[in-house]
Amino acid sequence: MLLIRCPYCEMERPELEFRYGGEAHVARPLDPMATSDDEWADYLYFRSNPRGLHAERWRHINGCGRFFNAIRDTVSDKIVVTYKAGEARPATTGEIA
Amino acid sequence: MSDHAVMMASRRGPLHGLSLPKGTDFSLSEAPHAARFILRGDGASVAAFGPAAPKPLQGSAAGTRTALWLGPYEFLLLAPEEDATTVEAGLKATLPAGTSSLVDISHRQIGLVLEGRLAARCLSAGCPLDLALAAFPVGMATRTIYLKTEIVLWRQAETRFHVEVWRSFAPYLVGHLADALAGTNGL
Ligand SMILES: [Zn+2]
Repeated sequence: MLLIRCPYCEMERPELEFRYGGEAHVARPLDPMATSDDEWADYLYFRSNPRGLHAERWRHINGCGRFFNAIRDTVSDKIVVTYKAGEARPATTGEIA
Repeated sequence: MSDHAVMMASRRGPLHGLSLPKGTDFSLSEAPHAARFILRGDGASVAAFGPAAPKPLQGSAAGTRTALWLGPYEFLLLAPEEDATTVEAGLKATLPAGTSSLVDISHRQIGLVLEGRLAARCLSAGCPLDLALAAFPVGMATRTIYLKTEIVLWRQAETRFHVEVWRSFAPYLVGHLADALAGTNGL
């Protein structure tokens, strides 16, 4: 079973306790009324979908309940690092398998 | 007899009519009815309840009252059923307004006590955590899952666990634990 380190529980926990939450660091426009349709559509629907390292949200839903962020390699499925919500994306080196 | 006494006398839990394992290697019983609260707030808020604020992934007890850490700023408080009103009043008076909440969940879930040499093994049939004593020591408490139902698991002794489960999931959990025990045949 895949083990995911929860940055709040500070331990590795089985993947069954987690839910995926989509790409991380997608900021909602501060003033939607001043946003063009294209910019709003971009915010709502378009994601980076990289081959390689991807910053994404996860929730330890059947554990501490907290959302946090993880950087996962979309090729190898390896989670490189996890960090608390609100923290900046840590520096990582590309490791496309 | 008062209305209250009539209600108590006729109260049936979700395990009514089920036969529970009662062996020396593994016994399963329903914990006494309890007052339960979810406290959202700072760990310091737990002090007004009784026990010290539990450390992450730990339970903390004082007398008949227990606080279990569920997450940052989230605690499960357990007390004897008759303490419900005083617990609520005591915490209401001390909780900082606006940054905390207290919700009575006494009847949302029930407590189970699992005891015996095979308790950890039966739990491991459905719970993906490592329940070896070194990985899940006495005193550890956490929300987790058992097959398809969420549980709160608290290790009170090497061979004794307290499990909290939402009441409508309780027969499902108990049935699978009994199956797990059957699967340990000969171990
Ligand atoms: Zn966690």
